[in-house]
Parts: sequence; C-alpha cells; structure tokens
Amino acid sequence: MGSNDFANLPYIGESVLRKEDERFLTGTGQYTDDIQLNNMVYAYFVRSPHAHATIKSINKTDALAAPGVVAIYDGQDVVDAKINGLPCGWLITSTDGEPMKEPPHPILCQGKARYVGDHVAMVLADSLEQARDAAELVEVDYDVLPAIADIRDAGKDGAPQLHDEAPNNHCYKWAIGDKAGVDKAFEQAAHVTKIDLVNNRLVPNAMEPRAAIGCYNRAADEYTLYVSNQNPHVERLLLTAFVMGLPEHKVRVIAPDVGGGFGSKIYLYAEDVCVTWAAKKLNRTVKWTADRTEAFLSDAHGRDHVTHAEMAMDKNGKFLAFRVHTDANMGAYLSTFSTCIPTILYATLLAGQYTTPQVYVEVDAWFTNTAPVDAYRGAGRPEATYLLERIVSRAGWELGLSQDEIRRRNFINEFPYQTPVALQYDTGDFHQCLDKAMELADVAGFESRRKESTSKGLLRGIGYSSYIEACGLAPSNIAGALGARAGLFECGEVRVHPTGSVTVFTGSHSHGQGHETTFAQVVAARLGIPVENVDIVHGDTGRVPFGMGTYGSRSISVGGSAIMRAIDKIEAKAKKIAAHLMEASDTDIEFANGEFTVKGTDKKIPFAQVALTAYVPHNYPLETLEPGLNETAFYDPTNFTFPAGTYICEVEINPKTGETRVDRFTAMDDFGTIINPMIVEGQVHGGLAQGIGQALMEHCVYDRETAQLLTGSFMDYTMPRADDLPNFKIGHVCTPCTTNPLGTKGCGEAGAIGSPPAVMNAVLDALAPLGVKDLDMPATPHRVWQAIEQAKA
Amino acid sequence: MYQFEFKRAESLDQAAQWVNDGGQLLAGGQTMLASMKQRLMQPETLIDLNSISQLAGICEENGAITIGAMTRHQAVATDSLIISKVPALAHLAGGIGDKQVRAMGTLGGSVANNDPAACYPSAVLGLNATVKTNQREIAADDFFQGLYATALEPSEIITAIRFPVPEMAAYAKFKQPASRYALVGVFVAKTAQGVRVAITGAGNGVFRHAGLEQALNASFSAEAVENVAIDASDLSGDLHASPQYRAQLIKIQTQRAVNQALGKGS
Repeated sequence: MGSNDFANLPYIGESVLRKEDERFLTGTGQYTDDIQLNNMVYAYFVRSPHAHATIKSINKTDALAAPGVVAIYDGQDVVDAKINGLPCGWLITSTDGEPMKEPPHPILCQGKARYVGDHVAMVLADSLEQARDAAELVEVDYDVLPAIADIRDAGKDGAPQLHDEAPNNHCYKWAIGDKAGVDKAFEQAAHVTKIDLVNNRLVPNAMEPRAAIGCYNRAADEYTLYVSNQNPHVERLLLTAFVMGLPEHKVRVIAPDVGGGFGSKIYLYAEDVCVTWAAKKLNRTVKWTADRTEAFLSDAHGRDHVTHAEMAMDKNGKFLAFRVHTDANMGAYLSTFSTCIPTILYATLLAGQYTTPQVYVEVDAWFTNTAPVDAYRGAGRPEATYLLERIVSRAGWELGLSQDEIRRRNFINEFPYQTPVALQYDTGDFHQCLDKAMELADVAGFESRRKESTSKGLLRGIGYSSYIEACGLAPSNIAGALGARAGLFECGEVRVHPTGSVTVFTGSHSHGQGHETTFAQVVAARLGIPVENVDIVHGDTGRVPFGMGTYGSRSISVGGSAIMRAIDKIEAKAKKIAAHLMEASDTDIEFANGEFTVKGTDKKIPFAQVALTAYVPHNYPLETLEPGLNETAFYDPTNFTFPAGTYICEVEINPKTGETRVDRFTAMDDFGTIINPMIVEGQVHGGLAQGIGQALMEHCVYDRETAQLLTGSFMDYTMPRADDLPNFKIGHVCTPCTTNPLGTKGCGEAGAIGSPPAVMNAVLDALAPLGVKDLDMPATPHRVWQAIEQAKA
Repeated sequence: MYQFEFKRAESLDQAAQWVNDGGQLLAGGQTMLASMKQRLMQPETLIDLNSISQLAGICEENGAITIGAMTRHQAVATDSLIISKVPALAHLAGGIGDKQVRAMGTLGGSVANNDPAACYPSAVLGLNATVKTNQREIAADDFFQGLYATALEPSEIITAIRFPVPEMAAYAKFKQPASRYALVGVFVAKTAQGVRVAITGAGNGVFRHAGLEQALNASFSAEAVENVAIDASDLSGDLHASPQYRAQLIKIQTQRAVNQALGKGS
C-alpha cells in the first residue's frame, strides 16, 4: 500500500481520543514504583557529595548493624562479582584515526568518585527509610580533588585529570566535511558572519523519576527487571551481553507505564544493573526509586555545547560555506549514546534547509566532573538548529536582508537533495512552510503591534527559525558505518484473534506519546475494523518479539512501518483464506473496508469470518497454508525522515526589569502524513514548552570551581509552566515522506528543536535598538537586564 | 524523613507545655515537611497545632484586622473583610506558592519561619502589625531579626497578628523564576503615621527602606521613587539576581506597588 492510499483510509487524520487516558486520568496507571512484589527489599545509594575525590576507605560496620539492613555493596563487591562497566553504544573515531577514549564506567565507584551523585555504595534494607538511615552510617573517607565543571576548563594545562585513559580529559576530536574546500570558499566570500554561543545544559525532569525493580527466580534461573525505560530490549541487550554476561533469554525486562523520558530513559544506568545483580545475590526482590534530588544529580543531562561558527556568503547573501567548531561536554563518564549526539546527530544537520554547498564541522568532546550528558529531546538537532538559525538571522541583520529573505535566498528547492554533511533529504517544501507560517503569525501586523508595545514602554521583537531534523532512526547499515554498535530497525507483531479482534506487539515504547491510540488507528484503518478492537502491547521483552524502542521521533515511521509490514503479511495470508472460502483465485481477491471481495463479482466475506476460519480450519487449504493469523515483521528504514518547518515567535520585553514574555508563537510543521492530529498537536505543544523553557528559563548550573550542582531542585531550576506560555498557533504543511509506507516523518521533537532560536532571535530583535547584539540562553529577566546595562555602558 | 513522634495539641496550653519539653511546632507544614522529607530537619517531636480552632479566624477589632496564626493563606486571600479593608493583604496571600500550598500554609507558620524570601513578613512589617503570642505582643519593627531569626522565645507561640488598616497599600512581588518566592517583594503602606516600605527577598530578611519611605512621604507617587538611591552593597546576590539587579527591582517594584495602591494598575 502506498502512503497516499494509506492517508485516505478511515481513522487516518482523525483525532481519536487517547485510549490510554482513562487509566492515566483515573490513577490506574501502573508505573514501576506502583509495583509491589513479595520478598522485597529497598535499595538506597550512597552518592558522592564531592565532584572529584579519591575514596580512601569505606567503613560499613555501623551501617550493617543498623535495623533492617540486609546488605551493603560497594565497588569492591562489583569487582568480585566480575560485573563490567556500563558500555557506550556508539564508537566515534577521532580525526587522527584513533578510537574515542572510553574509560571504564563502573556501576559503583572503583576508588574514585567523578561527579556529585556518583554511586559509591548500595544499601539494602527491609524498608526504604531503614536503607536511608543506614546509608548515613556508611563512613566514606574521601580525599577531595580539584574538579572541572566547565568544558572551557577541561583541556587547560594543569587541569585536574578525571581518567588515566583520557589524557587532558579529551574524549575525541571528530570532524565532517572538506576543510580545505571550506577554507578556500571563505577566501572568496563577500561577507562573513561570525557567532559564539553556548547551548545551555539542561536537566530532563521527566515527571516520573527513574525506578527499577530487580527480581530473580531461582527455580528457572531467570531474572526480571522492571524499569522506567524507553527501550526494554536495548536495556536487556546492554545489561546481559555487555555488563553482566548473562544469556538474554534468562532476562526479561518490563518497562510498564512510564511517565516521560525525553531521552533520559534510553540508557542503561548503574542502578538498573545493581538491583538486578543484588536480586540474585540476596534471592530477594530489590526495589529502587529515585527521589527528585537523585534525578537532578544522576539522570543523564542534555546539551552543554560551546561553539564558534562562521558563515561565508557572496554579496547577495547566498551561503558559500559554513565552518563550525564545537566543544561538547560528555560529563564524567560516557552514557549509552552520549558520543553520537554532538557528532552524528548534530553536525549532519548543519546544512539545515539551505543549499550551503560546503560545511565543515569539528567537534571536541571532553570529560568533566558533572553528570553524564546524553540525548535529550532532539539530541544534537536542537543544538544544530540553534546554531544555524542564530547565525542565519544574524547574517540577515548584518546584510540588511529581511529574516524571510535571507532564508528564501538559500532554501533548498529540489528533492531529493544531497547535503554536504552525509544526509539526503527525500522531500520537503520549505518555502510553503515559511509562507504559511508568516501568514498564520500575521507578520504583516507586526509593526503595528511593535508600536503598541513601544507606547507601553515595552520592546517587541520577532524571531524566525526554519528547522529541519533527521528522524526515523535509522538505516542500520548507515548507522553501523557511522559507529553505531546496534541496529536501528523495529519489530511489530500483529496477532489476529479468532473473533477478529487484534493485539499488536510493538518494539516501540510509549511513555506519553499515545502509541496505544495512534498505532491502533493504523491497524484499524488497514484491517477495516473498529479502533476499539485493537490493543497495543509494548514495553515487555517477554511479550514483544524484539524492538529498538522509542527516541529520535522514530516510533510511527519505523515502529509503525514494521506494523504495516506485518499487516501486509496478514492481508496476503487472509486473501488466500478468503480465496479458498469464495472458491476464487488469490489474485482476484480484493480487500477494502474490512471486506474481502472477488473482483468482478458480488461475492464478499468479512474480515472476522476469515479470522475465524484461520483458527477453525475445517474448510481450509491445509496442504498449502498454515492455520492461524499471526505475523511478525522487522522493518529497517532505507533513509532517515526529515520533518521540517518554520517557527515565528514574538516577545515583549520590559527594558527596566528584563522581563521577557512570549506573546505569540506560531509553528508551521511538515510532519508528512498525520495519523492523529490531536496527539500531534499535543506533541508540538510539549516540545514548544521545552524549547521555550530552554530559551528563557532552564539552566543546569554547576559551580565552576567546585563542580557542585547549584540548580539541584525546582527551587533553583526553572521549569516552564502554563502561565509562561501563550496560546500556540499551529499549522501543517504535508509533503509525505517518500521512504516509508505511511508517509510519516515524526513529530516528537520538532517543537523542542525549532523553538529556542525563534525565541532568542525575537529577544535579540527586540533588544537591537538598545545596542544588544548577543545573548546566551536562557534569557532570564536577570540576564536580559544585564545585557541591556552592558550595552549602555 | 527521619522517625519522629507526632503529638496533636488540643489546647494552646498543652502546645506550650510540649514546646517547653523540646517539641517542634507544626502549623501548615509547607516549609517544614518538605525540609523533613529531604532530611534537612530532624525534629524528635512534632506538635500539631491544627486542632486548636481558636488559632484560626479573621475578625475586626478596634479598627484593626486580627488574623489567627493558623489561618490558611487561601482563607486570607478570599476573606471579604480583608478584601474590603486591606486588599493588598488578600492579594499577597493569594500569590503565595500554589493552590496546594495556600490550602495548608498559615500566616503564623510563615511569619515564625521568617524565610528571607517569604511574602508575609513584608506585609507584617509594612503594615506595622503587631504579633500576638501566648506570652506578649511584639511590634513588627522588633519582631524580624534577620535570616530565619525572630524575637520569639523558644517556647513562645504566635497566636494571631493584628494588622492596622492603612489608608492604602499594595504588594508587588517579582517572582524568582524557579521557586516563585519573592526575588524582590515590596509592600508599600500609606498610613496615618506615614508611609512604610517593607522589602522581602532582597536581603537577609525583610527590612524597611528609609530612603523610599522619605521620598513617598514627600509625594506618594511612582515618580517620587525614581531618583531614590538604592544601595546594592547590602543586598543578596545569587544565581537568580545580582545585588545590582535586586536594587533595580526594589525601585521598580516600589513604583509598581505605589501605582497599584493608587489604583493605577502596575
């Protein structure tokens, strides 16, 4: 079935109410911490209060004697148990041909703590309070060492060294593009625009903190790990094959209802391994749930780049070449996918929507005494978009071109388009997105709104951002060539029951995305059955054949396509059954609206009858066809998908206080085919909230000297709230993706990717009359006021 | 949370007795319970004041409004007497924390805690209120003594606070973006005895500003504040605001409060 045919089916494009909402809204969701099992003990982690310290000794005597304490394990116990460190899933090769530096990432510190919150010991007790009480009695003798928090300090002479394996705290130097060609283009440029910027570090802050329960069944020698995670099969693979040396078939990973991930629950964390390991060691069920402080300290953080970039242009503002250097913070250890974020998922997006013929990007990755940094909603693509859209806006201002004109002059018009940084865009319509965004945003009325603001003593600015992202991760062969240590296909199993209802098992994982509805719509549309008759099962390696999980806005395009493939198989087999029942040839059977018909006749039978026949094969071609109607498919995409769009933001700033209010925000996205517009709109809203949060509020700050986390709670880390946001104006352009059967591109991250530069460009536009030329995120009132004061001075 | 003993006092005398024995008072608990959950506080005994009904309530006596120590923020925010006599106080209470905090948090608890960024101390000081305890009455100017410090004796319990009714008053809070406590909050009151300006969030505790009061006594207008020098050297500096920014916000928030008091909007 082609994507155009698919888009015209019933249910496709319908805002079906979310099937999962009833349980979430009535409090009957089942999150990891809701699960109570027999024989349970509670884990609490002794965490390093120091950013960098040698652990001279650990005295557990008093703690072991405390009430309820069952055991206390430290790094030595991990060594004795021969448990490996946490692996990194993506190998980056440096420009000199050397592999990246990959120091050990132990699940419990081995003689040294490298960030505040690093895991020193695990205390297990009959109750959580007892475990916490005992944890305070564990005496750790630290020798505190100087620490590094800021990447700009990591490579300095005499800087404290985190790992023996990584001299100068350097993880890798990676590059893409033709440096000589780019340098030459700069020599011929009529104009060069330069920029220095910081992409601010963020804490993911999923509503549900991480949690894990390790279980062990001695009779079968089998483990079960319940964990708040976005990809249980990946979690199992990493846990068994890389860390614990267990056979995969002896471990079941269940990720039940998960309250948000934003990337932070992709990874295998130390706590997940610890509870699994301890479950067998103690023959008890071991439960751990992070409190919010632990989430701030130990969830993988996002972003944290420092970048210098230059754009070479001809006299008409046509981009000739783009040259970028980025320093990226890896944190203290390499988290699961940390290394590919500032490289593969970042630099390859730096052509953006533009025909820039040459791009050269160099990235240095550094270790610091901070929590590991990894993918966070957008993962590399927000950093790329922020950089590119800031410099494009600046180029327009410098050349005296309007913000739409500088973009129009450089937009890609023909597809497919091969960028100079590896990606090939299959389709898009960037002009249409920009035009429709400007219309929806009422750009024509901006000047009169600006005057009105001026009359109130306020500054109004307008900012643009035309983003593109690569989603639908990913063709496994391409990912492998780029260093991925895993495939990136997806699996779907469609099980038609005898009465015609359907259970779908998907390797995608829903932690807020609404898959139970969207995927059911896909299946119901294809099979011509009511959406109520389709249930989606996900998040359980014991029930789902396999899966690579949910991240990178891949679920519908990759997971959905796997389901489409399985339905193709169902349909093909069902046609054979129908042909037998109607005494016709397979090739004469047509299937539409839930009915099988014989071409050119009025013969027809409903889907349910075929389903029943498959399981009650009395009148059935048993000699040539197996009974049953249950098919599994694996789908490996042939290309990434490329959602794109234009966002326009208007802000109003009070110059006396720096107060900055987003007054209007317009998002015009091209997500290709949309299955459930309500869910897509919700995804865009959430993404915009996070992107506006990054632009104006959120900032994870470590003390530059001590590397103590200064924003370790919601008292100091600002989350965006409903009253910080305007009513969003959202519209769509549709150029269906040409490389998957649905025509979908993915919508989960766009809002967070496209919005930060739109907001910051609006802020800078508003402040331009005061002489402010530059400002880093987040543009808090304090920072905006300081920028104004500095411009005055 | 550490283990503790929970005792529910049935009378003020009983609470006072238990406090004498070393117990820790529990009012609305909106600061203390969070601190206990984070193991930052470790009281052995909690004395719950929530059953002593005489500690809650709002009444008018001798031209002043008396508010019981256990009166919730939400009750103050929505009380018709307060809205008609001291609307600034209702407005302030309605802006504390969130709905959940306002449903539980109390006037007495906030004032006794004297958080340097809390809203209520600025109203108590700005309105020249009197803090009534089970032992005596304490003038606002004597009550607040810096960071989390008050004139309360260890065994003393706030029973009510008496607020004189001003000619006009207003509270202008500039929220710390994350916590939404006062980054700078300014309570301005015009009374028969003169203008009082009480500032919270900006220093080691609520304080009055003589320069602003003088300027506003000369002319109760936003313009009068424009040229008042605000010394940044005594102000707090942190992640969210430098002392210089706080100085600027004191001026702006004072002007906003004055305009609000004058019914000019902010």
